[in-house]
Amino acid sequence: MKILVFVKQVPDTDDVKLDPRTGNLMREGVQSIMNPLDANAVETAIKLKEEYGGTITAISMGPPQADDVLKKALAMGCDESVLLSDRALGGADTLATGYPLAKAAEKIGGYDLLICGRHAVDAETAQTGPIIAGFLDIPQVTLVDSVKIEDGYAVCTRLLPDRTETVRVRMPALITVCQEINTPRYPKPAGIMKALKKPRYVWTAKDIECDPAMIGVSGSPSMNKKIFEPPKRNTDTKYFTGPIEDVAKQIVDVFQAENLI
Amino acid sequence: MLIQFTEEQKMLRDMAREFTKNEIAPRDKWMDENGFDWELCKKIQAAGFMGANIPEQYGGGGGGIVDTTIIAQEFARGSASVATFMGGQWLASNLILENGTDEQRQQYLPLACSGKIFAFGLTEANAGSDAAGIKSLAVETKDGWVLNGSKAWITNSGVADYYIILAMTDPDQGTSGISAFIVPKEAKGLAIGKFEEKMGVRGSATCELAFDNIKLPKEALLGVRGKGFKMAMQTLDIGRISASAVCAGISDHALQLAKAYANERKAFGKPIKAFQGVAFRFADMYAEIKAMELLAYDAATTKDAGLRCSQDAAAAKLFATERGIQICLQAQAVFGGNGMSKEYDIERLVRDIRVWSVMEGSTEILRMIVSGGVLASK
Repeated sequence: MKILVFVKQVPDTDDVKLDPRTGNLMREGVQSIMNPLDANAVETAIKLKEEYGGTITAISMGPPQADDVLKKALAMGCDESVLLSDRALGGADTLATGYPLAKAAEKIGGYDLLICGRHAVDAETAQTGPIIAGFLDIPQVTLVDSVKIEDGYAVCTRLLPDRTETVRVRMPALITVCQEINTPRYPKPAGIMKALKKPRYVWTAKDIECDPAMIGVSGSPSMNKKIFEPPKRNTDTKYFTGPIEDVAKQIVDVFQAENLI
Repeated sequence: MLIQFTEEQKMLRDMAREFTKNEIAPRDKWMDENGFDWELCKKIQAAGFMGANIPEQYGGGGGGIVDTTIIAQEFARGSASVATFMGGQWLASNLILENGTDEQRQQYLPLACSGKIFAFGLTEANAGSDAAGIKSLAVETKDGWVLNGSKAWITNSGVADYYIILAMTDPDQGTSGISAFIVPKEAKGLAIGKFEEKMGVRGSATCELAFDNIKLPKEALLGVRGKGFKMAMQTLDIGRISASAVCAGISDHALQLAKAYANERKAFGKPIKAFQGVAFRFADMYAEIKAMELLAYDAATTKDAGLRCSQDAAAAKLFATERGIQICLQAQAVFGGNGMSKEYDIERLVRDIRVWSVMEGSTEILRMIVSGGVLASK
């Protein structure tokens, strides 16, 4: 089975602050990490490989330093990596990101399953996975919290707000996974020592035969008008102390006073 | 920066840092109060750290001394106890790697890599620095060996699966009469005492061990008879490098805690960091931590290059452990009265740093090694 897994480098959201004046991300001193849900995607790919065999290619698009997340994916257990890195690809929205990623998948070819995290924690659009599937004209299953393979089909359960749904989809297909699907492993020291000896490719827009009108800023129909922090809500924190029964009673009193119960 | 890590070493550092932040640091206070954390231990085993120092052919991480020193330093930023635990593991498994027969390596190193816990026992109630004074005795019989005696202050004792025990085989020959033995925890006659109530690194397990006519097979002798002391000294070089990086890690943790407090605590209408009496402490702490790192990684690089490093390893540990205590006290002072409270982690760090100038060669022994080297050189 040939699996492609898509990973994105994002700022560590624990550290992220917006410049209140310009609305830009204050990146100074902020660590970049693998998008946490993409780590779930990589873990999903590795688990499937361990169970059914096959190979995993990790793919990312971004500036040269985005290679760091691919190195981590290799250390976790992916077999090869592809970084799409080209100034022409910069400034892309989700459409102009999904397109070159789909073109990269086409160039690799022969894939059975494509796996993405359900969304990236920086922009939280959850669009890139579905867009890739759209360009490749393959079925997609989003919000997957379990997956197994049966006779050329991926059998997935989807985690929906009020129910779970089981979907049986013919491969090749694309799935986006949610956090609940697994706990990503840490790369082992042995995996790290081997990671950089694995095949690592860097492709430009030309290498994957992109239509120049569909990439970068010119290929992006959407744009950000303004980025701002939601206003902070004022919350009062009240601490209760004492025996647990007393604390429970005090909490109930507050709830009643606020007409919450 | 003088230290040039390879790409792999940077990845290892990032991974160890992430693991420390997510898994180790949140458990340190619990370990201080409750002792060894088996749940955390399982995560450390699963993440492949136990055999990070062992070559890949045995299932290990293939890391050199610089690599394990990086992991030790990162772990120490989250927990001195966990760094102590790892040090014991690597020291003991390294003795087998460096000195074991092919059969012993094939038998034990994959076990270390799969997560079995190893401990190294030299110190006794009445002999630590004076290694030639150990009283544990192994007598050769026609089937193997009979081991009698006891050990004290053994890191990982009580949780270990295998012990490397130093015992006299030829008491009239001083340190040349000491040999090392591999003793499984199930050995009949091995009694494990209660956990020591220590001042610091309370999350690392430390017990007394007693050996009552333990019958060991011939193959339990590690390497060559009479070489136990020599192998211990060579392995202690690695332990000392690691200890100096651990002290850099604990010291940096103390600095970070003090920094957060100095930003937040106000006096006379300003954050206390605005006062030079507070601020200058950070200059001293920073400079000394940098020096600790440079000494530690310089000795580690020397060791990885296959060169003798006993003097530099001892110098690195001497500096890091002594200055580490002062840094933790400096950081504690930033907290004023709150520094005495168990509510603030700095109090624990002051207790955790203390042991490092005692174990793996006390400051006094290290001064003997370093001064001996300096004065003997031309």
